[in-house]
Amino acid sequence: MIGNLDYSTLQQLWWLICSVVGSLFLFLTFVQGGQTLIFTTATTEEEKSLIINTMGRKWELTFTTLVLFGGALFAAFPLFYATSFGGAYWVWMLILFTFILQAVSYEYRKKPNNALGARTYEIFMFINGSVGILLIGAAVGTFFSGSRFSLTMYNSVAWGTPFHGLEAALNLFNLSFGLFLVFLARVLGAMYIVNHVDHEPLVKRARKATLINLVLALPFLLVILISLVTMDGYAVDPATGSIFIEKGKYLHNLLAMPVVLVLLLGGLVSVVYSVVATAFLGKNSGIWFGGVGTVLVGLAIFSLAGYNNTAFYPSMSDLQSSLTIYNASSSKYTLTVMSYVAIAVPFVLGYIAYVWKLMDAKKLTLAELTSEDSNEMY
Amino acid sequence: MEDQILNTVNWARAQFALTAMYHWIFVPLTLGLSFLIAFFESIYVKTGNEEWKKLTKFWMTIFGINFAIGVATGIIMEFQFGTNWSNYSWMVGDIFGAPLAIEGIFAFFLEATFFAVMFFGWHKVTKGFHLFSTWMVAIGSNLSAVWILVANGWMQYPAGMAFNPDKARFEMQNFTDVALSPVAVHKFTHTTSSAFLLASLFVVGVSALFLLQKRHQKMAKRSMVVAAVFGLIASIFCAFTGDEAAFNVAQRQPMKLAAMEGLYVGADNAPLIAAGIINSRKKAGDDQPAFHQAVKIPGLLSLLANRNANSFVPGIDDLVFGNAGRNIVGAEQRMITGKLAVAALGRYKEAKAKGDMTEATAALAVFDQHKGDLGYGYLYSAVQAVPPVATTFYSFHIMVVLGTLFPLIFLLVLYFTFKGTIESQRWLNIACFASIFLGYVAQQAGWVVAEVGRQPWAIQGLLPVNVATTNVAASNVQTTFFIFLTLFTVLLLAEIRIMVKQIKIGPEA
Repeated sequence: MIGNLDYSTLQQLWWLICSVVGSLFLFLTFVQGGQTLIFTTATTEEEKSLIINTMGRKWELTFTTLVLFGGALFAAFPLFYATSFGGAYWVWMLILFTFILQAVSYEYRKKPNNALGARTYEIFMFINGSVGILLIGAAVGTFFSGSRFSLTMYNSVAWGTPFHGLEAALNLFNLSFGLFLVFLARVLGAMYIVNHVDHEPLVKRARKATLINLVLALPFLLVILISLVTMDGYAVDPATGSIFIEKGKYLHNLLAMPVVLVLLLGGLVSVVYSVVATAFLGKNSGIWFGGVGTVLVGLAIFSLAGYNNTAFYPSMSDLQSSLTIYNASSSKYTLTVMSYVAIAVPFVLGYIAYVWKLMDAKKLTLAELTSEDSNEMY
Repeated sequence: MEDQILNTVNWARAQFALTAMYHWIFVPLTLGLSFLIAFFESIYVKTGNEEWKKLTKFWMTIFGINFAIGVATGIIMEFQFGTNWSNYSWMVGDIFGAPLAIEGIFAFFLEATFFAVMFFGWHKVTKGFHLFSTWMVAIGSNLSAVWILVANGWMQYPAGMAFNPDKARFEMQNFTDVALSPVAVHKFTHTTSSAFLLASLFVVGVSALFLLQKRHQKMAKRSMVVAAVFGLIASIFCAFTGDEAAFNVAQRQPMKLAAMEGLYVGADNAPLIAAGIINSRKKAGDDQPAFHQAVKIPGLLSLLANRNANSFVPGIDDLVFGNAGRNIVGAEQRMITGKLAVAALGRYKEAKAKGDMTEATAALAVFDQHKGDLGYGYLYSAVQAVPPVATTFYSFHIMVVLGTLFPLIFLLVLYFTFKGTIESQRWLNIACFASIFLGYVAQQAGWVVAEVGRQPWAIQGLLPVNVATTNVAASNVQTTFFIFLTLFTVLLLAEIRIMVKQIKIGPEA
């Protein structure tokens, strides 16, 4: 069946697959959110260890999902990979540095003789959860606000500013996007603590933290939503492939694709409900509503950027260099082969869910941190 | 302009070398130790003997410390293609991206998911499921090696693709040709067997240290036996696959083979250099001797390269300047036709943009005629096609000498273990401990041969590094180079300190 799909359907399918992976990553940033709560929500060393060990059993899933997101974009939309990573050089490099710091921090923080001291590794985790997520948000923001680049006839990229991507973080829309993701990650992190930790004082503070961080996220969400429905967008003429500025493009996209509107509103409602349920109704299952909500919002954002004849990586300085899912994609053959590979994804999700259930069947307690396996604890 | 590009290219190469070499300090231990731990735990589950569980947990702790920094140094390897080699990413992303994505889907999630069970699941899942998880981590790690080595193998021997002049990129035509290319297969078998060898050396070496210190002797001996058997099998396999890999190099990357052996003038019945001192002033085409001193074994290079001791092996001079008598077109000639291809491609693109289809068709015909040498059209001079000979030669010989030494160590360990006197073999135990470091030297040397030996090509024969790089000022790449250098060095020091401490604590803590 996959072999019979036409080229544009494959391109749309792969934008969907990348969107799903990207949205799952946004959900899994609860790990990063949790990392930023260690200095505020935890008040004792023990509580800090509880948070770090809770997140420490999931951090690799988040990390791997980010790596897969990169790999999927490389395989399916190599021109985006080449243009954005090569052009917005510093944003991506800084994001990578924060993830490098994260990768060693769990394992090394509590190990004796760790050279830098536990506090340094905790600060590494905080930097990853704050700066790392902020910059990822800013980078996603450029899907709408655009970047200054042009492509030669051989498709090699020339970037229009010497800041090589850092300029993205200075734009109000991108910055709001980044800060929204930071606070959303903190909301999710706090909800995962409520779900997985058995230590009442910490859980109580985590419940409160979900509410505080949602309130902090709201102004940035408003900036994003108002900007999205009012801003000009980068439209592509499907007949000629030429790019032009369309007033209210993203509002038009929302109206033209009611499913996306439903995803966006449904997702936001689900996130808000998750916080209400956690902070006021004493429920422990908020993370699932928050998680599903985040995935839906993510899907809506990626759909707005890429579907309905829209350029998902627009160039402000050379309109015709803008990337669409049609001009940036791999060949039909490669997308077809990769679609067969993607059949494995539900199976992968299946065993992840099964192991997650096994490992989370019992909540994390202080007793476990000092058990016979304490040498392995983070 | 040319200088500027060269500057960026050289810093990007330096950064790739730096990050790859750091990454490869940790990966081989992960690949091999994951299986050794799976063996230890299997013995524990089968015998129910708690001492094997302690042993498993001790090596797991070491594994975890090493694994974390392997992950940290690994993420940059993927994204660096985009940041520093963006033209490369565009020109071959259609082929090269696929194995990276497949690696993520099939391998990394296995590792990431079951790693948590392996470390934190002792009391959360059944004994059997825990053992299963440990095996899944080992299989996942090694599966990731499959796909990244498929990607690397394709760079060394591009197969299964065609150039699309409209898009100005190479596109995949046959996935099986990419995934099952003989170079990819031998890259995988040789690299993983060498990784098993290194991990075995590591376990044998640390255990030998315990014996020298008269600590944990029973556990040390147990670890040693399992690791020495695994190491011996891996060494033999490594030698066979190494021979196959060298045969592939001879058939598909003759310039690399010539550099590995410092062979400037091709010859029938070509000798293998057993040991030698390279003449660093020697250049392609001049009549200086290639070596100050050399010990040669007649005919052996021809035998290894072509499976025939009397056959002809081309030298660097033949490959640069051509050798009509042997039917070899040199880089010099290929540059001329390559430049015709580059110019024709430019004319085609311009004519296409203007809508001049007659001119476009004519230009395309010229391009098609010469496209086999497209990559050579981007070289500045023919001698640019020669990789750094001394580095390639010495690395290759260091790797081979060490690779021959290691199986002897494993054999001696097994002999004295079965004799029951291993703990009193002071010199052997010291040699075992020292072999850990030699093992790392051999690993690094192997990758230097593979990667330095194929310069200047990002994709063998098709895309030289100077066209593959990102259009970004060298200062940016230089800055990130030093950030990586500092960061990875600090993290490596922390890793070594933590690991040494855990070894001091030992398995019976």
